[in-house]
Amino acid sequence: MTLSVVRVRGVDKVFGAGADKTPALEKIDLEIPKGAFVSLIGPSGCGKSTLLRLIGDLTQPTAGMIEVNGKTAHRARLDRDYGMVFQAPVLFDWRTVQGNVELPLEVSAKNKSARADRAKAMLALVELTGFERRYPWQLSGGMQQRVAIARALSFEPAILLMDEPFGALDEMTRERLNLELLRIWKQTGTTIVFVTHSIPEAVFLSTHVAVMSARPGRIIEVISVELPQPRNDLTREDERYFGFITRVRERLRGHEVGKPGAAEVAAS
Amino acid sequence: MFRPARSVLSFLVVISALTVLWEVVKLLGGDPSEAWTPPFQWTVASDLNMPHVWDIAASFVEPAQRNGPPLGLVLVNAGIFTFREAFGGFVFGALLGLALAIVFVHSQLLERALVPYVVASQTVPIIAIAPVVVIWLRGGWLAVAVISAYLTFFPVTIAGLRGLRSPDPRALELMRSYASSSRDVLVKVRLPAAAPYLFAAFKVAATASVVGAIIGELPSGIRDGLGGAILNFNQFYVSGPPKLWAAIIVAAVVGIGFFALVRVAEVLFLRGRAAPSDA
Repeated sequence: MTLSVVRVRGVDKVFGAGADKTPALEKIDLEIPKGAFVSLIGPSGCGKSTLLRLIGDLTQPTAGMIEVNGKTAHRARLDRDYGMVFQAPVLFDWRTVQGNVELPLEVSAKNKSARADRAKAMLALVELTGFERRYPWQLSGGMQQRVAIARALSFEPAILLMDEPFGALDEMTRERLNLELLRIWKQTGTTIVFVTHSIPEAVFLSTHVAVMSARPGRIIEVISVELPQPRNDLTREDERYFGFITRVRERLRGHEVGKPGAAEVAAS
Repeated sequence: MFRPARSVLSFLVVISALTVLWEVVKLLGGDPSEAWTPPFQWTVASDLNMPHVWDIAASFVEPAQRNGPPLGLVLVNAGIFTFREAFGGFVFGALLGLALAIVFVHSQLLERALVPYVVASQTVPIIAIAPVVVIWLRGGWLAVAVISAYLTFFPVTIAGLRGLRSPDPRALELMRSYASSSRDVLVKVRLPAAAPYLFAAFKVAATASVVGAIIGELPSGIRDGLGGAILNFNQFYVSGPPKLWAAIIVAAVVGIGFFALVRVAEVLFLRGRAAPSDA
């Protein structure tokens, strides 16, 4: 149990108040072991991004508790345990690529040469050496997202929270970045929580896929994806890979129109 | 792209065209001379109302007063004097405007409470405010700068507030995830994001500060600036119309010069950012 990096217990999240009250998440329980790669998947509006933001202390739960590294999520944020990556790279166009990666280090008051060294190492990790002095708008969408990943990893966070990071990219860039992300994950040992609505992407990347239902958002099942590591292009042709995709899809479909049990019947 | 040569060239083309147009109007409806009798008689085009371009040009080298220095020199000195006041007013106004914007972006309560007064302040004519400020501050350079600042802070507050609010909400969440202080958010995200908005406001403020300084000189009894010169030549307009026009031209040059200065600062400061066409 001590190996859990993230522990979510009985979390509810309600937006608004009075007549406009909308329950977004209901009775969420989730354990994320250290070094895991967990994907949150579900139909739009199922609250998967909200759950990610709750873990990252960007919003607070209405009920329940969230523990990160044995601390409250709030404490973990103040301790800089999180790296965040969004769907849009959200780079600052007045800073160079290196300047963007150094930003979190400036905030944590690292000295200048340590910042530069660290930023260069992170850019090397995402294979952007040589682009340090470029400006974000001079890079392609995929490269910008790699800068965002380098920035998120710059202060060695224990957990990387990624909200559909490759959702805006074309299929080929996306597949290449999937492989890169897996390599970075192996190299850094960072725990990753990854929101996506692509089933194949979730299965390909994750050690665990948390399947969610919509309105209110619930976790239907956490599926362990027992595919061999490291994953590579061959994984995408593995029969078991398709098996897991089917399993996730059926779990999602079983709850689409509020028919609990339908998935179990289909699976058996 | 910023091409100084091209902007200067187009500026000169416009000035020449206006000069030609001015003389064409005089040719059609001005005062008759020995060589030419215009087909129309327009009051506006008379030598009193629209002196010849060459008469205005000549007035620069003629002495402003009997045995005094040439008008051009007097006006350049007055222009420098007024520019100093305007610059002071610009700096006061920009700092006050930015400070207000920073306060408002951090406090919705203060924004709601004070913005109506900020807006109301601009509906009171500067002509009405100026004498009051002069009485408070006993005239002098400071009073003029304050009057000028009264015109310049407003665009900076409005554009600054907009600019400080312009960052992507996710950029602010990102800063939150770094556990950054609100000072870091201001210095590293909000202010850089506001810079293009601020420069747009600074350009408006630069020209407004010159107007403010000229108007501020009138009730302060300051005679060394362009305001004093304009007042003076206005009183003696009939005896020398070109002098007032010369003063107007110098006032315009000061305003344009200040604007160009801000523009150059803008280009230097925003270098490296994506051109708007790329966005």
